Amino acid sequence: MQGLDVAFSALSDQTRRAILSRLAAGEATVMELAQPFAMSQPAISRHLRVLEEAGLILRRVDGAKRPCRLAPDGITAIDQWLGVFRKALEANYARLDKVLATKTVQRKGKQ
Amino acid sequence: MTMTKMTLKTEGDKHIVVTRRFEASPEEVYRAHTEPSIIQKWLLGPDGWTMPVCVSEARSGGKIRYEWSDGKGKGFYLTGEYLALEPFRRIVHVERMHLPDPTPDNHVETTFEQDGSGTLMTMRMTLPDANTRAAMLATGMEHGMEASYVRLEAIL
Repeated sequence: MQGLDVAFSALSDQTRRAILSRLAAGEATVMELAQPFAMSQPAISRHLRVLEEAGLILRRVDGAKRPCRLAPDGITAIDQWLGVFRKALEANYARLDKVLATKTVQRKGKQ
Repeated sequence: MTMTKMTLKTEGDKHIVVTRRFEASPEEVYRAHTEPSIIQKWLLGPDGWTMPVCVSEARSGGKIRYEWSDGKGKGFYLTGEYLALEPFRRIVHVERMHLPDPTPDNHVETTFEQDGSGTLMTMRMTLPDANTRAAMLATGMEHGMEASYVRLEAIL
């Protein structure tokens, strides 16, 4: 689960989430990504490095450019992890179903 | 049938919204969320964990304290306060986990609506920011939600 810790830590920054949103629309260069932010390209590059190390984005070499795109595996891992939280809640509620069923039966039994 | 009844989604930067339908009246579901003896039967988390201490003063300003134990010396607790209660329709409270340092407050509004022969529960959590929301979700994981997941898979 260490990979997910890194991924969530990477996601805890608003700029990095905005970068991911932009990349959801397709591949982009550092210059293109820097445009909407009041940030230097080196600052954006640092954010990209964090996202890359977290396994959330992939970069390829295209001459002097290193365009970025979303890493499907990383995004899927986060989705699955939310699924775990969901299942833990569901386990509690499944227990509550049983408690409620017992109470309802008791109540009906008394009538 | 049980797996499709719950929805869980994040909303904006700070919210988590959970809905779940129960085959019981709003009164019964509301009481299951406010009466200690009932809460102790279901709000447990991983296999083998129990809630030996459950304080739930269901009135505006009333205190909440849940203590969980794995029976082998490990445990953690949650404290909170009720802000508003409308029996058997709505509960508003704040809560925080102690691990042992307190996490930022989670503001929770839970509503119970009649839905045919059952009840639709909607729980809307508001965290201070996206970072806290991510950390809260991650904390649940560390505390053995993986075990819940495995156990549930076994049931399915």
